[in-house]
Amino acid sequence: MNEFLTISIYGTAVALMLIGFYAVLAKKNLLKIVIGLSIVDSGLHLLFVAIGYVNNGTAPIFSPEVLGSTQAMVDPVPQALVLTAIVIGFAVTAVALSLVIRLYRHHNTAAIDEIKNLKW
Amino acid sequence: MIKRIIVFLILATIGYFLVGVVSQIPFGEDRNNVGDYYIEKTPTELKVSNAVTAIVVNYRGFDTLGEVTVLFLAATGLSSIMYRRRRKGEKQIRAKLPSSRIIQIGSQILFPLIVLLGAYVFIHGHLSPGGGFQGGAIIATATLLMLISYRKFKVNHNVISWIESIAGVVFVTVGFVGLILGMTFLENFLPTGELNDLLSGGIIGIIYVAVGFKVASELAGVIDTVLLNNRPEAKNEN
Repeated sequence: MNEFLTISIYGTAVALMLIGFYAVLAKKNLLKIVIGLSIVDSGLHLLFVAIGYVNNGTAPIFSPEVLGSTQAMVDPVPQALVLTAIVIGFAVTAVALSLVIRLYRHHNTAAIDEIKNLKW
Repeated sequence: MIKRIIVFLILATIGYFLVGVVSQIPFGEDRNNVGDYYIEKTPTELKVSNAVTAIVVNYRGFDTLGEVTVLFLAATGLSSIMYRRRRKGEKQIRAKLPSSRIIQIGSQILFPLIVLLGAYVFIHGHLSPGGGFQGGAIIATATLLMLISYRKFKVNHNVISWIESIAGVVFVTVGFVGLILGMTFLENFLPTGELNDLLSGGIIGIIYVAVGFKVASELAGVIDTVLLNNRPEAKNEN
């Protein structure tokens, strides 16, 4: 069971990151590239939270029910880091999208190979 | 064709190294590292029930200050990138048709409830899942709801930037009070209270409320900027 969980969660995280990288590398539409960047982000967040998991652990919140029990808690540090990463991801996406809108307004297209031969 | 091969070669390389690193990490094991220290100290030392909040706001508070700054810079950068001077007499076009009565009435009912939920989430950030960033995002969603249902709904950028600045100043001031009292920057100087009380955790509550206001106003400003300055039918004018 644990083996299956390991493979599925880590596999999903890596697959998400690869899908995102594929979109960044291969797609021509700038919007799709930005979407790819945020897919990489979500893969990374999933990986972080999965690393912090402890078997049979509860959320790291000391509610009155949990206080008395000796149940293990998942590692709170990766979750705090992911909170930061989500906010940074939002900032990156917002600025990238505004640049895309700006480029679209200027060139009337969001296809990166038509704007300039920036991409092969 | 050659492009595609190169892309897949790059992806295969990235994937190989990712899998190589990730497969080294055991899943679900307690690694007895810094996390345990935080889990042990949070309820006894800080009297905060949510360990993630304790880490984000107290142990790594300086990091959060940087995070808030990044968010502020993103909002500012976005509005400076999107800014476009309007021609004389040019009106802001938001939507061709007003939304239906159902949406308008529904959003009028939902708006205060969503704001209430957001405020609840950031006030209880040290007790339950959630916090300043999440609550702020929820409140910004309420603004988005109003923006899509009413064509006339306006976000007052003056008010928003005042809220944002005051919230940021509160955050930094709370940090500096710690320095003045002879402790470190952002160290807790208030009584911590009882575990699982609303008024517990010392400065964490104050900081998270400030962060909530700041994030809410920033996100609302971002949404409004993107909606206002974007006019699909205007082409080739710069």
